[in-house]
Amino acid sequence: MKTEAITVNIGPQHPSTHGVFRLRVTFDGEVIQDVEAVFGYLHRGSEKLAEERTYTQVITLTDRLDYVASMTNNQAYVLACENLMDIEVPERGQYLRMIAAELQRIASHFVATGFLLQDLGAMATPLMYGFRERERILDMFEMLCGARITNTYMRIGGVFQDAPEEFWGSLRSFLDGMPGFLDEFDSLLRGNEILLARTKDIGVLEASEAINCSVTGPVLRSTGVAWDLRKVDPYELYPRIKFDIPIGTNGDNYDRFVIRLAEIRQSISIIDQCYEQIEAGPVRSTNELLFYPKTGDAYGKVEAPKGELGFYLVSDGGIAPYRCKIRSPSLINLTMIKDLLIGSKLSDMIVTLGSIDINMGEVDR
Amino acid sequence: MTEVLDHTKLANIVRNGIKGSVCRESTGDLSVELEKLRDVLGFLQKEESLDFKLLNSITAVDYIEFFQLVYHLTSLTHNHCAVIKVDIFDRSNPTAPSVIDIWRGADYQEREIYDLMGIQFKDHPNLKRLLLWEGFDGHPLRKDYLEPPLPYNWPQGG
Repeated sequence: MKTEAITVNIGPQHPSTHGVFRLRVTFDGEVIQDVEAVFGYLHRGSEKLAEERTYTQVITLTDRLDYVASMTNNQAYVLACENLMDIEVPERGQYLRMIAAELQRIASHFVATGFLLQDLGAMATPLMYGFRERERILDMFEMLCGARITNTYMRIGGVFQDAPEEFWGSLRSFLDGMPGFLDEFDSLLRGNEILLARTKDIGVLEASEAINCSVTGPVLRSTGVAWDLRKVDPYELYPRIKFDIPIGTNGDNYDRFVIRLAEIRQSISIIDQCYEQIEAGPVRSTNELLFYPKTGDAYGKVEAPKGELGFYLVSDGGIAPYRCKIRSPSLINLTMIKDLLIGSKLSDMIVTLGSIDINMGEVDR
Repeated sequence: MTEVLDHTKLANIVRNGIKGSVCRESTGDLSVELEKLRDVLGFLQKEESLDFKLLNSITAVDYIEFFQLVYHLTSLTHNHCAVIKVDIFDRSNPTAPSVIDIWRGADYQEREIYDLMGIQFKDHPNLKRLLLWEGFDGHPLRKDYLEPPLPYNWPQGG
């Protein structure tokens, strides 16, 4: 019997591609022979737009990169600006930034694990539990800055405003409730036979290959490399905080899933310590809105939920960045997608893609 | 803390490894000759005392007189980083060597630079536009790029 390979477009309008992302996949029966990723459906030219806006206005553009993790985008950008301009941030401002960033990490990881399980066929239940907790985080963001998704909370030299009184109460009750919720979430999922069968030893990534492909974040750590910028190149006040870097052993889909849950626990402990350590004081060192940094360049990076998010800024002494390059972890983590997918089955492709956790706003910028 | 390698120390190691490759050094970064770029980057990855196994990012900047490629490198074992810059003066047909066989992570980044800045990467196996569509005219991140006028009129629009 004569057979031939068939090429199928998966996306750009497909719920499992997490946005407008297209994969051209060549199948031999159900086995993947070749994969080609096609990007650009959400390209808005953020880097070009940034060249025409003042340094402060660009913060609003960064919200729209990875729109489920706006706080860490803000943080990476303002850190790059502060490197460029040598601006100090008051301690309370740094603590507030860390609290916001870690809350955002929790929210982003809930979205990632929730949708991964949704892709696996666990319809809605884990996703809704994850979203219920994420909703509480978004409520807290609303208290901080009035916005839930596109926050623009951080400013060059600090944060927009101090947290209101009711924020601390909500934060405390959130922190107290989370460990119990996570235990429940874990017991619901970790022992689930279907989950184990569908994720263990599937989409395995080697550590050396991952590093060579510039992969960062939970995907790199799942291969057993303890590389977390909060630890190896600490920014803000992370040196004062005690936390562990969860790492995996096999680099498979299961490890990537479990690491995210472990990171949520670490984030809770980080926020807890910030809550204990934070003291009264100013939150912002400068109220300037216009900056004229001297000619030069600077690179600022943070450990975003998806990996290393970096901003490379070039200044020509003017009011707007001369060049604003965004190093997006989602795009670069997709470099090794061929290795992960070729040879696997169609059904595993969806799970592997979900476990990498991409966000198209950040891939296409 | 990731240590930024001292530029004189780094420049000396690179000078000893690849002769005549460094054209200037300044605080925090090192500029190399375009012809020697591949040799230098390959050397930086393999040399054990440097061990730059992770390519953080590649950036292209349009300085009007020349294009500049900026390579951010990190060593995971020694926990240090370095910035390598290279200038491309040929504006009509800017070309740089591809580093995809040194770091595969360069794949999409070089395609993106080709797409938005119009720099050709020699020996890249699949050099085509990444974000914009085939047939798009021009390279928008260049400073002399002008948005073409819309080919149609929108009667209700301004």
